[in-house]
Amino acid sequence: MSPMRTLATAGRVLLQIRNDPRTIALLLVVPSLLIGLVAWIFDETPVFDRIGPAMLALFPFIVMFLVTSIATLRERRSGTLERLLSMPMGRGDFILGYTLAFGLLAVIQTAIAVGYATWVCRLEIEESVLLLFAVAIADALLGTALGLLASAFARTEFQVVQFMPVFVFPQILLGGIFLPRDQLPDVLETIGDWLPLSHAIDALTAVSTGNEDAAYIWLRILFIGCWIIGAIIVGSLTLRRRTP
Amino acid sequence: MNLCPGERTIHQTFGGPSHLTCPIIGGLIHSMTSIAIQTRSLRIRRGSNIVIDRLDLEVPRGAIVGLLGPSGSGKTTLMRAIVGVQVVKSGTVSVMGQPAGAASLRHRVGYMTQLASIYEDLSVRQNLRYFARIQGAPKSDVDRVIDRTDLGGQADQLARTLSGGQANRVSLAAAMLGSPDVLVLDEPTVGLDPVLRSDLWNIFRRLADEGSTLLVSSHVMDEATLCDRLLLMREGAVIADTTPSELLETTGAATAEDAFLRIITYDSAAARRILTSTSKAAPGKGRTRGAQ
Repeated sequence: MSPMRTLATAGRVLLQIRNDPRTIALLLVVPSLLIGLVAWIFDETPVFDRIGPAMLALFPFIVMFLVTSIATLRERRSGTLERLLSMPMGRGDFILGYTLAFGLLAVIQTAIAVGYATWVCRLEIEESVLLLFAVAIADALLGTALGLLASAFARTEFQVVQFMPVFVFPQILLGGIFLPRDQLPDVLETIGDWLPLSHAIDALTAVSTGNEDAAYIWLRILFIGCWIIGAIIVGSLTLRRRTP
Repeated sequence: MNLCPGERTIHQTFGGPSHLTCPIIGGLIHSMTSIAIQTRSLRIRRGSNIVIDRLDLEVPRGAIVGLLGPSGSGKTTLMRAIVGVQVVKSGTVSVMGQPAGAASLRHRVGYMTQLASIYEDLSVRQNLRYFARIQGAPKSDVDRVIDRTDLGGQADQLARTLSGGQANRVSLAAAMLGSPDVLVLDEPTVGLDPVLRSDLWNIFRRLADEGSTLLVSSHVMDEATLCDRLLLMREGAVIADTTPSELLETTGAATAEDAFLRIITYDSAAARRILTSTSKAAPGKGRTRGAQ
């Protein structure tokens, strides 16, 4: 692995996206539009203040999961990954390069979504906006890391899209948006407590309500960080230089 | 018909040193001197099929070696093994005396896959700049390979807007970055018109003249005559290791295509002749063409 090759890869991924303006527009605008829609649906009820923060956790995660898993699958199928792996390219360079590039996109995407949610949709944020950013970025990186992992198990575009429900929906269902986790059946509550998106949702809710201190939130970010590192390690193990 | 520019060099440099016949020390010296690629009882399985079975092969340095055979004969699998991205069941593959796929080899071997293997949403120059940084090649190399593959006019065009032949040349340009010692080119001329094909072969010849070893797969038999040596594959085995003129001579065919058909379909007399002539093709016959 070398920082030069990692940065070259991140730069190349960003360059590819820059050459595709429609993708940039979709990446940056769609989350805000959906948050606006949810705010509108629950207009004049207290519901948006409760689930609004969770929405901020969901979008960077889902979008980055999809974008990353498809981008990596394209590399596998177009032969570019095979070319790279026959070159002096570390597997870590490849994965970290993607993580860096999409992490940066996630920061921009989150900035727009948070700005829109707080200024236009009047979402209350009690804690510092900085903490909110930290959580959302961790969340987006989690999406990137899991997307890389998922693409290793997909052979076709059809499969990789099907992996979204597999990796993402259970986390949404068990994360406490629909029903607070402590009201779930015991087994599901335990599972939910170990899923990373639950902690992202907890952390963002805490940021917006101000019911918990910063240490509580950082602990949640740390938990997500462990998942990210785990997914990156497993992802780089599934990235084989030699394939059958 | 016989364009064979390699003929001249081959006959001039034939005749490997006789001490190479000692199997153990000879093998060692081979790997250090004249042999670019060597496989020893290589077996590769894909799915439940044995695609390559106990393959012994030697590719001399500084030559263009054509790897010919019908589709499905194991050419791509063999090439993948040589660049070190193929899981090998047993046996060895060595390139420039080192095990294929070794980290130290990765900047010495250029690989052009059958697909163009470039990023469609990057321009030609952006593609090559990225691959140059990964390969550890100097930045000036990008302009050199663009120039060599005659892509100057398309340098800032997005790869997805290129024609098939242009995309192919970008892929070749990427493989040429860092001037690797060994170039493994998987059907580089497939689907190209005769003019483009002859352009590419001119590039290959120039690379070989500069000392690179090229392993080029093809199923266009005309191209066989442009190679220095030929390896004919069928069902995962090399059924002939020969030179273009030897191929025509031993089979008595008028064209490479005809010769190949005779061998593939086991025109028995011709096949036996060529098989026996290659099994004897020890040093004196040109297997061990010296490095220049």
